[in-house]
Amino acid sequence: MPLTVVLAGTRKGCFVLESDGDRRDWKVRGPYCEGWPVYHAVHDASSGAIYAAAASEWHGAGVWRSTDLGESWELSSEGLGYADGGPKLSKVSGLTVAHGRVLAGAESAGVFESRDGAKTWSLLSTLDGMPGREGWNDPANQPPGHLGLPAILPHPDEAAHFWAVVQGIGIFETTDDGASWTPRNRGLRADWPLEDPEVGYCVHKLVMSPVDRQRLYQQNHCGMHRSDDGGHSWTEITEGLPSDFGFAAAAHPHDRDTFYVIPLDPGHGRIMPGGKAAVWRTRDAGSTWQRLDRGLPQRDAHLGVLREGMAIDSLDSPGLYFGTSTGQVFASADEGESWSEIASYLPAISSVEVAVVA
Amino acid sequence: MADLHLPATLPPLFRDLPRRLDVDAATVDEAIERLDERWPGLRDRLCAEGTELRPHIHVYVDRERAELGTALAAGSRVDVVAAISGG
Repeated sequence: MPLTVVLAGTRKGCFVLESDGDRRDWKVRGPYCEGWPVYHAVHDASSGAIYAAAASEWHGAGVWRSTDLGESWELSSEGLGYADGGPKLSKVSGLTVAHGRVLAGAESAGVFESRDGAKTWSLLSTLDGMPGREGWNDPANQPPGHLGLPAILPHPDEAAHFWAVVQGIGIFETTDDGASWTPRNRGLRADWPLEDPEVGYCVHKLVMSPVDRQRLYQQNHCGMHRSDDGGHSWTEITEGLPSDFGFAAAAHPHDRDTFYVIPLDPGHGRIMPGGKAAVWRTRDAGSTWQRLDRGLPQRDAHLGVLREGMAIDSLDSPGLYFGTSTGQVFASADEGESWSEIASYLPAISSVEVAVVA
Repeated sequence: MADLHLPATLPPLFRDLPRRLDVDAATVDEAIERLDERWPGLRDRLCAEGTELRPHIHVYVDRERAELGTALAAGSRVDVVAAISGG
C-alpha cells in the first residue's frame, strides 16, 4: 500500500500529513524546522529527501533537509548568498527538484542550485541583461512584501531547460542552464502601463501539464492564461471564473486539458469570494469552468490560499490538496468532486506539496 | 577567555551547542569565528552575508552595545541577543 505524504509549509514550521492510498484517514506530524517560517517544502522522489525553504527573522534564510520523512532535520545556507556589495538575500522561497539537483529561487531575485542534496549551494544566475533587471532589486521599486524569484519550473526531459518567475516582471526561459534567458510573456495582460511590453507582468503560479510539454497554465494577477507552445505565447482563459485573481493552480497528471484554480477576491483581502470555499476546474483547457465545493465550507469561510498552496498527486484517481492562510488543509481523493478537512488548526500555510511513497 | 551567552533560538540548530561557553578571542568577530570553526554554519545565523551582524541580532560586551569589531578583554561577558519581536 503506498503512503501518501502531504507537506505543509507554515509560518511556524513544516508539518507532515500521512495517509495510505485510500487518502481517507490522515495523521499529522510536526511542527518541524524549529518553528521557522517555511515558504516551500518539497519531496525529492529520487532520494526520498524532504527540503524546506525557510527564513528566520533573526537567523536568516536557509534550506532544511530531512532524509527520514521529517523525523530529523538539518539546516544549511552554505553558498546561499550574493557577493559582497551585491544584492542581499533575504529569503529562499521556491524549491524545485529535477535532474539530480535542487534549484532554489531567492529574494533578491536569483537562482541557486545544489548538487549534494541541499547541503551546499552555488549561484546559477541573477538573469543579468534581461529587460527590467536593472531595476527589480532596487529597494525603491519594492512594494510591501518585496519581490523575488519565487518559482522555477523545470523541463521534465532537458536538465538545462527551465523557466523562472520574477515577481512583478514575468516569466523567463533558459535552455542553457541560466547562461542566457528569454522573456516569455507574450499575450499576457497587465492592468498598468508598461515601459517595455516584454516585461512587467505579475505571474502568480506557472504549471506544466505532465502529459504535454507544450501545455502550460498560469494564474496571473490579471487573469488565467494557457499556452500551447511551451510558453512562447499566452491566451487568456478567465471567462467563466468568478475572479481573474488567485494564486494557486494545479495541472491534472493524466489529462492535458484538465486544470484547477482557486479564484480569490482581487482587493486587499485576497480571500475566496462570498465566504464560500471552492476550487474551480476546467476539463476543456479553459473553455468552460466548473465550481467544485462539495464538502467545503459554504458559510463564513473567508479563506486565502497562496501560490504554492495547492497540489495534486499522481495516482490513477488524482487527489487534490490545498492549505489555507488560516491553517486548514482540505483534500479530495476524487479529482475535486468531494472534499474533506484533513487538518484544522495548523499555523498559516504557505505551501502544500504531495508525494506518493512506495 | 570571554564568557559568551547565546540566544535560546541557536542551540537547536547545532548539535551540542550550549547556551553559555568560554571563548578565547580578541574581538566579537573572532569569537563568532571560533564558534563557526566548531559548529560550521553558525556564523551565517548571526551575520548577514558574513560581514555584519544580522538586523535583529544584537551583541553586548559587558552590557554595552557592540559590533563585530568590538574588542574583548579577559573575562568579558558577551551577550548575543535575538531581538524581542515576532508573534
